[in-house]
Amino acid sequence: MAERPQHNYTGFLGWVEDRFPLMETWQAHLAGYYAPKNFNFWYFFGSLAMLVLVIQIVSGLFLAFHYKPDTSLAFASVEYIMRDVPGGWFIRYMHSTGASAFFIVVYLHMFRGLIYGSYKGKRELIWLIGMAIYLALMATAFMGYLLPWGQMSYWGAQVIINLFNTIPVIGEGLSTWIRGDFVLGDATLNRFFALHFFLPSLVLPALVFVHIVALHAVGSNNPDGVEIKKGPKGNRWSDTAPTDGIPFHPYYSVKDILGVVVFLIGFFAILFFAPEGGGYFMEAPNFEPANALKTPLHIAPVWYFTPFYTVLRAIPDPFFGTLAMFAAIAVLFVLPWIDRNPIKSWRYRTSAHKINLILFAVVFLVLGWMGVEAVTPAFKELGTRMTQIYFIFFVVLWIHSNPSKAKYVMWFGILLAAVVGYDIVFRYTPGDAGATSQMLMQFIWPVGYLALTLLLPAFKASCNEEKPVPERVTGH
Amino acid sequence: MKKFIASVMFALSATLMATTVMASGGVELEHANVDIHNKDSLQRGVKYYVNYCMGCHSLNYSRYNRIANDLGLTDEQAAKNLIFTRDDNGDLHKTGALMKNGMSQKQSAEWFGAPPPDLTLVGRSRGPDWIYSYLKAFYVDPTRPMGVNNTVFPNVGMPHVLWELQGLQEKHCTKEGEGEHAVEHCELKTVKAGSMTPAEYDQTARDLTNFLAYVGEPAALNRTTYGVFTLLFLGLFAIIAYFLKKEYWKDVH
Ligand code: HEC
Ligand code: HEM
Repeated sequence: MAERPQHNYTGFLGWVEDRFPLMETWQAHLAGYYAPKNFNFWYFFGSLAMLVLVIQIVSGLFLAFHYKPDTSLAFASVEYIMRDVPGGWFIRYMHSTGASAFFIVVYLHMFRGLIYGSYKGKRELIWLIGMAIYLALMATAFMGYLLPWGQMSYWGAQVIINLFNTIPVIGEGLSTWIRGDFVLGDATLNRFFALHFFLPSLVLPALVFVHIVALHAVGSNNPDGVEIKKGPKGNRWSDTAPTDGIPFHPYYSVKDILGVVVFLIGFFAILFFAPEGGGYFMEAPNFEPANALKTPLHIAPVWYFTPFYTVLRAIPDPFFGTLAMFAAIAVLFVLPWIDRNPIKSWRYRTSAHKINLILFAVVFLVLGWMGVEAVTPAFKELGTRMTQIYFIFFVVLWIHSNPSKAKYVMWFGILLAAVVGYDIVFRYTPGDAGATSQMLMQFIWPVGYLALTLLLPAFKASCNEEKPVPERVTGH
Repeated sequence: MKKFIASVMFALSATLMATTVMASGGVELEHANVDIHNKDSLQRGVKYYVNYCMGCHSLNYSRYNRIANDLGLTDEQAAKNLIFTRDDNGDLHKTGALMKNGMSQKQSAEWFGAPPPDLTLVGRSRGPDWIYSYLKAFYVDPTRPMGVNNTVFPNVGMPHVLWELQGLQEKHCTKEGEGEHAVEHCELKTVKAGSMTPAEYDQTARDLTNFLAYVGEPAALNRTTYGVFTLLFLGLFAIIAYFLKKEYWKDVH
């Protein structure tokens, strides 16, 4: 048997510690885990994501006490929860608001990773595990949305599952396998309920656990992107800890409590005063029971899927549309290998890089917006242009890996030619004057994007300047 | 394979087309201006509902005694004034029963061309403004099986059950402009007065709408009160949490 480290705990704690590394774990991951002292706003979202996971698991468990996964009973059982179960409406709104809150928190958490390069410096696995969490989260939310068996539940799932049909050869078999039947029905609802319970209560906590284990092995990144473990040693709590680190507990635990309270103020404001989230958190057609014979006028997924829905709709061919949609998610996995620049934080990178990240966020928001809007010729074109920029972003990110050697003008030409080539070969329809004029007018978006991210650093030296990364963290 | 591609294409293009329909077919909705905290209005609304609507439209997810309770009625009052529906044995429903009616969906679909839907949640799926405008928008149309049509819900299967109260309206349209640019401008004009004045009928439609808004989400009656207290508590907590954090972080330089 391996030697256990000595400890000074007495009484009950001592008895436990002799048998289980309770305080050892507490020490390793909280009281003795040294986190950089300069965490800012963006560092609240990790702990908030864990909070929301707990909210979802607990509220989901209480929903499951009363919910009936049967196509003839599901809708009524949810209304039973809303009306007859004491506090049932509160539990349901916790859960439905929690689902949207989860995505808000996770999207901000991921964007933090982007701006501070948190996937660099042996942190690639943390990013990959995070992406796995994100995938599991999307699967969970997608399946959960079917459970109330409303019109949007049914038709949303219908559209998405039918996408698998477009895959050559195996498509039909695959979608039948997912549904458990040739049509969307009871078999589907039942298995979605089982998976909707299994994924978040077992798979997600396991993934979060390894996410944290990996993080605590390497150490947290910070807004300066400085490795505190490589800096000087010794602080007022320990001689061997990094000087720029502070014990997670109590410093970040009290700070996170503040974050939690502020988050809950927003969360409960929505829950109590606008639980439908303006029709974005709960969609109006979902208050009608699923009806296989009546297609709703306007099928839109819940807001957190709409950016990818726009990518899907941007390509008229259903198979390639589906492929693009999955590619839009898949490309995020390889982000650590696209951004090769050794500087982590955007604070010390070029202005062009900062512009690139901000524009990416804007493009993502516009994609989301286009996904909830009904398609008009102008919106359709805007969605398509934003899709193009979404993918080009990753190429530009890669080009920005080495600003001093980057062949900006060449890449500007190549990428612009790619856009024009794509438009001419795949999108131009002779005779459709309306679409063509939209295409020409909205050509401004990719041109503008490429000009700001590639031409600007090429011709304005100050936009291509990197700043020296400090030895120590700045602030606090 | 081709069939499935076609089906996906269909689903996607249905979305595209739907938008054009929505963009063109929409009429201006009137603002319902309802207040679910107005108990008098709700009491009138539920009375109209059980008298004029319940025969066709069930409220399958709602119970009589819940409504009685929320509207300040005793169970006896509810039994006397609200319950006209019967269970399978032919007995009047008990106050704790769900508000089902005996209407057969299949039969009624044959009568009206469409079954009258359950209305428990119509206040949330359609919204109050839609319901209010709909109840005011019936007009005489001899080409329809029920003799009436509706500007908010064109070719509706529902008869104008409140016509004795509202009277009858006709649709008059005038065309402005020529050819492609012609704009049709339509108005509903009363051709036969009902037992109510227009203002009284508006109030009736509003009471019904208010009741349907309430019954869509009974929890909304006190949801916001909980919200105020929760936010007050969290506000206080936030102040304490802020100073706690500040106190601890004095050590960090
Ligand atoms: C004689 C039976 C009958 C009565 C009585 C009746 N309705 Fe209807 N109603 C219908 C039918 C049938 C439809 C479905 C119309 C269609 O789909 O074309 C309908 C549809 C509706 C709708 C639209 C529902 C939706 O979301 O599509 C509303 C709202 C409505 N009725 C309200 C009322 C109200 C309020 C009353 C009482 C004042 C009432 N109805 C009385 C038969 C009736
Ligand atoms: C990652 C965590 C989770 C997410 C993002 C999530 C998301 C969702 C969503 C979007 C809905 C539909 C909401 C609605 O319209 O009412 C839903 C419903 C539901 N979920 Fe979850 N959920 C999560 C975890 C869980 C867990 C752990 C359980 C069970 C232990 C659970 C049980 C249920 C039940 C029973 C319903 C149907 C009731 C209802 O629709 O209100 N969920 N979930």
